[in-house]
Amino acid sequence: MTRIVIDAKNMHYTPLNKLIRQATHEGATEIILENIMGQRFIGDGLTGDVKITINGVPGGDLGMFMKGPTIEVFGNVDHAPANTMDDGDIIIHGASGDATAHSMRGGKIFVRDDIGYRGGIHMKHYMNKSPSLIVGGSARAFLGEYMAGGLVILFRLHDEKPYAEMGLGSGIHGGEIFIRGKVEDWTLGVGSSAHEATPEEIIRIKPLILEFSNYYHIDASYLLESQYTRIGPVNSRPFAGKYTWE
Amino acid sequence: MCGIIGVIDKQRELMDGSAIRDALSIMDERGSGEGAGYAAYGVYPDYADLYAIHVFYNNLVEPKAQVEDLLETWGMIEYDEEIPTYPENKITKIHTPWRYFFRPKTRLMQRSKTPDDEIVKHIVMEVNKSVNGALIFSSGKNIGVFKASGWPEEVADFYRVENYEGYLWLAHNRYPTNTPGWWGGAHPFNLLNWSVVHNGEITSYGTNRRYIESFGYDCTMYTDTEVVAYLMDLLVRRHGLSQELAVRALAPPFWEEIERMPEKPKNLDTALRLTYGSAMMNGPFAIAVASPDSLVGFSDRIKLRPLVIGEHDNRLFISSEEAAIRTIDSAISKIFMPKAGHPIVGRTYV
Repeated sequence: MTRIVIDAKNMHYTPLNKLIRQATHEGATEIILENIMGQRFIGDGLTGDVKITINGVPGGDLGMFMKGPTIEVFGNVDHAPANTMDDGDIIIHGASGDATAHSMRGGKIFVRDDIGYRGGIHMKHYMNKSPSLIVGGSARAFLGEYMAGGLVILFRLHDEKPYAEMGLGSGIHGGEIFIRGKVEDWTLGVGSSAHEATPEEIIRIKPLILEFSNYYHIDASYLLESQYTRIGPVNSRPFAGKYTWE
Repeated sequence: MCGIIGVIDKQRELMDGSAIRDALSIMDERGSGEGAGYAAYGVYPDYADLYAIHVFYNNLVEPKAQVEDLLETWGMIEYDEEIPTYPENKITKIHTPWRYFFRPKTRLMQRSKTPDDEIVKHIVMEVNKSVNGALIFSSGKNIGVFKASGWPEEVADFYRVENYEGYLWLAHNRYPTNTPGWWGGAHPFNLLNWSVVHNGEITSYGTNRRYIESFGYDCTMYTDTEVVAYLMDLLVRRHGLSQELAVRALAPPFWEEIERMPEKPKNLDTALRLTYGSAMMNGPFAIAVASPDSLVGFSDRIKLRPLVIGEHDNRLFISSEEAAIRTIDSAISKIFMPKAGHPIVGRTYV
């Protein structure tokens, strides 16, 4: 196992990403990035099974198109982490910005605190690839907008009131969203519907609940015993007939 | 895309411009090198009761004579000088920035509750509309805007913003998309007490412009942001709304949200939407507005542009990215993203 530490203080993201790529080419299995401050595109398109630890606040599009590596961040993350990510894991010890998991198509992203607006926008699955977004805090409006596949789980650990953000699953035509607790009726967006999650459905998401609890040292039994609302598409074509006559 | 950063010290403790320069520069990626600028409050303590009027001149002959004629007609120039610039870097000095410290003759504007402000506003509109080769881009008391075409660090170094001290700074890194980048199009946009920086697009610009022009404001900068400065001046200074209510008028809740409200806020929001329908701004935006005693940040109602708030002791930060706030204050204690459309206000104690 080769471990490499990169001090990114005052470094632009292009030389930083070159150093990361060089390190993986030379066989590094663990890369520690120190003093990260707003650098975008970290780990973009990176392949392999390297583990990257980020100390600081990375900029937008963390792990975009990434295929395989694990990124663990000790800090908050800007917009669209896991954008179109293909495979691998992102674990964030903090919050993340708008469009978290944007168009994600595989792998998993865990966020300990809140995410911004449009989390999980247009996540998708194909054959055996299916992405997951798991959030400890809450999410702002338009969660799962235009979602085409994959899974979103929202634990809302510090809020017991019903979820109350507009446009939930607006335009959803695949995939599913689980929110711990109840959801106000008016939050549901175009084409989404909600029901109380069945025990079978909760068993299905149990591995992700356990994985989340493990990363953040949270009591899993509490999460497993909670009641969840499941939001999914009414059908696969929410906007059929909106612009054309069929 | 654009980058914004603002900071207010509620005790009016002064900060020089070096930290805001570094914070804006960390968001270089949000701009295109075609415009950047800084607004600072409290920078002219020796002339604190005079209007600091900043002008871009294309040459120092005809336009300068015309502007000075107008100023002398409406008041007195107590002091003036070229704004010091240090163009050893990449910025081409296509305009000469000049500043006047100006005292209006109050008695000349009889039918206003704020005659001095009204005189200065009149001069700004008159110069920007009618004087070829001159543009007033800053006109408040004890306020200075410093802007040009260039990258954030270039513009900061061009004016040496580290030589200025303010208790409130507002800065912007521009990525012009709909109109050309030019010095006058760089943010912040200022009128009197108001300075505005903006990331996004105001797609309702045509409606807003028609509305604001009917109140005697002329839009001359070829870009949408200037209407925000004028709308704040109209709603707060002239109509007497609080900043919070003004933001509520500019970025109101959706009707369906208003429907779900209890009686009192429902009536208020309904009245605001009906009264200020033409001032309502549509489109994607994140905006920070400064005045001598406040810094206000808000985004569009469906949050199509980023906005991060930081708080630490007496300071409130508003930014497009958390990293920019942490560049100024690495020990920042509270960071959060406000709800779309809801104003976040930092107000001075004194």
